[in-house]
Amino acid sequence: MSQSTNESTETGTDTDAGTNGATTAAAGKSRRGAKSASVNTLDGIGGMGAPSPDAFLSVRDLRVHFPTDDGLVRSVDGLSFDLVRGKTLGIVGESGSGKSVTSMSIMGLHKPGTVQMTGSIKLDGTELVGAKPEAVRALRGKRMAMIFQDPLSAMHPFYTVGHQIIEAYRIHNKVSTSVARKHAIDMLGRVGIPQPSSRVDDYPHQFSGGMRQRAMIAMALSCDPELLIADEPTTALDVTVQAQILDLIRDLQSEFNSAVILITHDLGVVAELSDDIMVMYAGRSVEYSSADEVFTRPQHPYTWGLLGSMPRLDRVRTERLRPIPGAPPSLINVPSGCPFHPRCAYADRTDGLSQTVRPPFAETYPGHYSACHLSREQKTEFWENDIRPTL
Amino acid sequence: MTTTHVKPTASKQAGESLLQVTDLTKHFPIRRGLLQRQVGAVQAVDGLTFDVTRGETLSLVGESGCGKTTTGRMLTRLLEPTAGTILLEGEDITHWSTGKLRPLRRDVQMIFQDPYGSLNPRHTVGTIVGAPYHLQGIKTERGVKREVQDLLQLVGLNPEHYNRYPHEFSGGQRQRIGIARSLALKPKLIIADEPVSALDVSIQAQVINLLEDLQDELGLTYVVIAHDLSVVRHMSDRIAVMYLGNLVELADRDDLYTRPMHPYTTALMSAVPIPDTQRRTKRERIRLQGDVPSPVNPPPACRFHTRCWKAQEICRTEKPPLVALAPRHLVACHFPENADTPGSSDPAALQSSTAAGSAAGSLPGSADHDAQEPRD
Repeated sequence: MSQSTNESTETGTDTDAGTNGATTAAAGKSRRGAKSASVNTLDGIGGMGAPSPDAFLSVRDLRVHFPTDDGLVRSVDGLSFDLVRGKTLGIVGESGSGKSVTSMSIMGLHKPGTVQMTGSIKLDGTELVGAKPEAVRALRGKRMAMIFQDPLSAMHPFYTVGHQIIEAYRIHNKVSTSVARKHAIDMLGRVGIPQPSSRVDDYPHQFSGGMRQRAMIAMALSCDPELLIADEPTTALDVTVQAQILDLIRDLQSEFNSAVILITHDLGVVAELSDDIMVMYAGRSVEYSSADEVFTRPQHPYTWGLLGSMPRLDRVRTERLRPIPGAPPSLINVPSGCPFHPRCAYADRTDGLSQTVRPPFAETYPGHYSACHLSREQKTEFWENDIRPTL
Repeated sequence: MTTTHVKPTASKQAGESLLQVTDLTKHFPIRRGLLQRQVGAVQAVDGLTFDVTRGETLSLVGESGCGKTTTGRMLTRLLEPTAGTILLEGEDITHWSTGKLRPLRRDVQMIFQDPYGSLNPRHTVGTIVGAPYHLQGIKTERGVKREVQDLLQLVGLNPEHYNRYPHEFSGGQRQRIGIARSLALKPKLIIADEPVSALDVSIQAQVINLLEDLQDELGLTYVVIAHDLSVVRHMSDRIAVMYLGNLVELADRDDLYTRPMHPYTTALMSAVPIPDTQRRTKRERIRLQGDVPSPVNPPPACRFHTRCWKAQEICRTEKPPLVALAPRHLVACHFPENADTPGSSDPAALQSSTAAGSAAGSLPGSADHDAQEPRD
């Protein structure tokens, strides 16, 4: 398992050969980190130990709980990942898997007093968990920015689009209004709004859905953030516009070299854009690897279920889809053992472990982690024989 | 799924036309000023002609604003058409009054997109699913409660949840409640407006399978309104592609997906993201520029010409007719793609027919699916 970690086990660095060679010592350290973490795997820390030296964003054992009258809602329960500059991490999962709560935690957007947050979120070395709201506010917009799902409710209807971009820009940059306005026009042009110098004075309702999403991207990018979180950026859009927006995010990322977190439930969108993929279920990461790995040999039955649920245009039409039975679990009473076991077709193949023991988040292949009790051989057998032929 | 497979019961009537739509048009007037004079119209749907065969699934696809939902609402007569006719089993229901329509509501039902907005939060599931019986004054042999519980069972819900409220159910379960309600009066035709787009992928697959099982079991006919082309391919027998209130292509499912002829269809398909990283670089994507133009002031002639990469002068001046360029494959384009492949009709004839443009006779009749040859 862990002896195969010749290359760094952290996210993203596997493709960056130069960094790997240069930081052998660091890689060795992180290998030890991975080992020591594997002791803690039952706590859900996962196979990822010490932060990668070049990780721009590093999340360790993040837990976000909301106390309610019905009980404690464990929206995120032990999540760890790293993200380096210039890379895109796709977070996939159903509603209620904790994707959006994670992104809100990073942005510091949870209402204080309603949330219990533990663990660590480090943005370029700065700890965000427990940081003062003003300190996080100074980072928001400048160093990290977010694109929301619904651009109509994310923009203020009372102010012009330009006004809102100018405001964001002037908070972080000491410039005059006219300079900021030029910048806003420039940004609108950059994201492909036609005639930006006149559209800058339009109100959000005068924009179409796709244009509004572009305007929000322009606003998010106005201060060159190093971390961009896109929470379902294209879910509300038509496919043709979705394709435009995905291209735009890809182009802007390579231009600004930002780190991007792409949150979506659409595996197609993730496949288009992501370098790495994290699959979340019931507040935890159940699979983590490079995008290629996840699509060629997924290691978790939940990922198989997601793939089997999707009708696909690139394959011969199947007579029946293979949905995941049941519904996502309640986050107040998360099932014991593996949280996925009530819906898993292979739960009876683990000698009862699934029902009682939480599976460790272990490395199945180099850089490919999954939380499942099935052995590697079993998984290969099920994937090759049962799942892949039916996709 | 709890439902079992039973062979179609309506097979004796299969192949017969259930719904015929001719030149269906809906213009929403725009009124301004003190006298509320009409200054324009949103041309939401403009001259649709198609028919729906008993037992089949016809899908309407297109971007938002193309008029697919308006069409669905006209078919159920929730909206009054501006022009055109709707024939249900041969009867012209286009301008029937609400009272006259009421008995017909048993035959045509609707499934709505939003499972949160379409169920009354103050009513129990029993009341919601039982409402159609009360509204129609239908007496059931074993009482409404038993019927409703059977329906809940049929759509895969626990009949004991009869007295629960909608908020106690998840999104997928709510959509099942909506489906149970639409099935209550044993309709012939169900208009499903984006039935799965608000659901998670895994739940989406469950509901799609349920709809297919119900169709087999009860011999239902579906008109599905959707924007997700992969879902549409999975569910439909025939597909109508709409753009800005017009029908641009109408074909059998396999034919449409292997051989899309209208450039807009091609573009729509190439924009669908494929869940496979290997294909990320290989795929040639057609990128449509800009947004759908406003239906208040649609482009003249071919409405797609402003975004079409094949547009020529003729596209700006003459509206392309909807003609059959292959058996059961209707296209409205001056420069169709894939039209010259083997199996289609004589290429020379095609060329002349496309060049002839709208001069080639009037269209309404061209919805005849047996038309093997293009008109010229």
